[in-house]
Amino acid sequence: MILAARNRIRLSSCHGTLAAAIAVLAFALEPGAIRAQDCLTCHGDATMTDSNGHSIAVDGQRFASSIHGSLQCSNCHADIKGYPHPDKIAPVQCETCHADQAAQLKTSVHADSKDHPCTSCHGNAHEIFPKTDARSAVYPLNVPKTCGQCHGNNGMAGKHGLPSVYPNYIDSIHGFALSKEGLLVAANCQSCHGSHGILSHTNPQSPTYKSNIPKTCGNCHAKIEADYEQGVHGHAVAQGNLNAPVCSDCHTAHAILQPTESEFRMQSTPICGNCHKDKFSTYRDTFHSQLGSLGGYVETARCWDCHRAHDVRPASDPASPINQANLVTTCGRCHAGANLSFVQYQPHANARDRKLSPGLYFVRLFMNLLLACVLTFFMIHTILWLIRSRYSQVKNKAANGGKNA
Amino acid sequence: MPDTELAQSLTGTAAAATASPRYFVRFTRQQRYMHAVLFTTFLGLAATGLVMRFSESFWARKFAAGVGGFGAILFFHKLCAIVLTIAFLIHVKEVFQRGLLRREKGIFWGSTSMVANWKDVKDLFGHMRWFLGLGPKPQFERYAYWEKFDYWAVFWGMIVIGFSGYAMWFAPFFAHFLPGWALNAVLVIHSEEGLLAILFIFSIHFVNTHLRPDSFPMDMVIFTGVESEEEFSHKRPLEYKRMVAEGKAESRLGIAPPLWLVNFSKVVGALAIAIGLMLLVLTLTAYFS
Repeated sequence: MILAARNRIRLSSCHGTLAAAIAVLAFALEPGAIRAQDCLTCHGDATMTDSNGHSIAVDGQRFASSIHGSLQCSNCHADIKGYPHPDKIAPVQCETCHADQAAQLKTSVHADSKDHPCTSCHGNAHEIFPKTDARSAVYPLNVPKTCGQCHGNNGMAGKHGLPSVYPNYIDSIHGFALSKEGLLVAANCQSCHGSHGILSHTNPQSPTYKSNIPKTCGNCHAKIEADYEQGVHGHAVAQGNLNAPVCSDCHTAHAILQPTESEFRMQSTPICGNCHKDKFSTYRDTFHSQLGSLGGYVETARCWDCHRAHDVRPASDPASPINQANLVTTCGRCHAGANLSFVQYQPHANARDRKLSPGLYFVRLFMNLLLACVLTFFMIHTILWLIRSRYSQVKNKAANGGKNA
Repeated sequence: MPDTELAQSLTGTAAAATASPRYFVRFTRQQRYMHAVLFTTFLGLAATGLVMRFSESFWARKFAAGVGGFGAILFFHKLCAIVLTIAFLIHVKEVFQRGLLRREKGIFWGSTSMVANWKDVKDLFGHMRWFLGLGPKPQFERYAYWEKFDYWAVFWGMIVIGFSGYAMWFAPFFAHFLPGWALNAVLVIHSEEGLLAILFIFSIHFVNTHLRPDSFPMDMVIFTGVESEEEFSHKRPLEYKRMVAEGKAESRLGIAPPLWLVNFSKVVGALAIAIGLMLLVLTLTAYFS
């Protein structure tokens, strides 16, 4: 073996440097294992590139401090048996050691990744740190940026028509908690999507599959999940009705806002209206909605102020805030002095429905007729008057120079 | 004697107009102030009310954001409402004081009253015939039928809009004696009647009173309180003739409005009309979009 190596060195006279000689000496001294130190003799040169111009330099110090620092180069670059080695070497098979992760990856949406699937997320193969290390590309605070390389405006999102989720996420309440406050517990991409075995949201096994979402969010928001499961939406989803909303239908998946702030209060009422079209339409006729649509911080009642957000129950349920017995309390939260008569107000009255709200129907009819009659009559009256008096004015001007009509 | 004076006045109108025109008082200072309070608060109520009525239009949100959100809008709306309510109560008190306590003539009936009479009906049809060239122009009294309509429209409007507005403001209190559905109805009444008032004032009243050829670009009498003899005798010939016949011309003589008042009135009036027309355009765009 030593002889063979020596022969090869002799043949490749261009490598005949002192460094190479030392490397060969090292190979000779410890056959069978190629030490990092030996490879770094060449690859430690930060400017070293392959024939395509790609860097093949390795920062020895960072490698030594990385999670793989105790390994030797040949542990991963298994096809390199000695020096010199072929120009083209086989791709490193991470699965040799990380079999579980590799198996998960093969079933995931990233299975057909053309780039090396591991390094795409974990970064430079020679500088991989544990995920608890702030230098790691998969450290919680770094995860959004790492995923955002592809799932941002300029990455895969644009190329493959995927929604660009990074900007939405980073401006969301989770993104803020992570990037501004540095909260390690704030949800990052992998908190909801998983890491190696990321599945499409259309896959029933995926944590982002519709019926799994409450559980996924409930990993952190346990109380809200419990409330949700008590409500009509939670019941419907549990019974397999996927038309019922889960967390992300109201809060969105990535652009989640602080629900007590006006921006969310402004956008979420129409979200309920997507399904509850008639209720939304009648709500929009009310003063609650008219004032509420003005923006800014608006306290007027939105859907969930009366119906509750997660534990939504039908009016027939005694535990519902809109149960007849609870209305005085519910309305009284905003309207001090609300009494039994006051709560007869219909927050979803339909002035166009004669059977449902006859009083309101005829009031509206009368007001509309009044409006139409008065305006029509005076419109005609005024137009005729205008024409006639202008005609007289011009005629009189011609006759006596007066300006009177 | 009154006859000769009448004849003199009628023949001398043109001459007087060219020399130094005489001015007659039509509105007292209090009436003018009342109109000023009325149109200022009405513009305020309309601007803030429309923003709430058409809160989903692009300009409503911009306006609301500009003045400090819906809280500010509601505050101004209520403030204007209180001021207008006080003005309305003062007016009602005035009418009853003059008509019932002082037994002043012509408040509740007669040619100078605001109450409609048979002549108004005849004038309406006569006026319409004149529009179509089918008859002579009617001779109007102190208040013509459309002016009486304006007055009663505002009177009725203030009661209806005021009541429905206060019912919403103090809903839990009004709920003691209103049925449940009435709390829903008051919003419909308030917004429809308000819309009617806005559309009527900013289109019909503006044109009938200010923009029609006889008064164009605006009738200054509500601002200055006086109008020239020529305008008076042309617009309200019956009242003019009656005044001359009763020999009351001297007592109704006013002074020519000072230039500052004329200019001030022009600016204020033009501003009010401009704001009104702008609100009218916004209302129509919101209504039909």
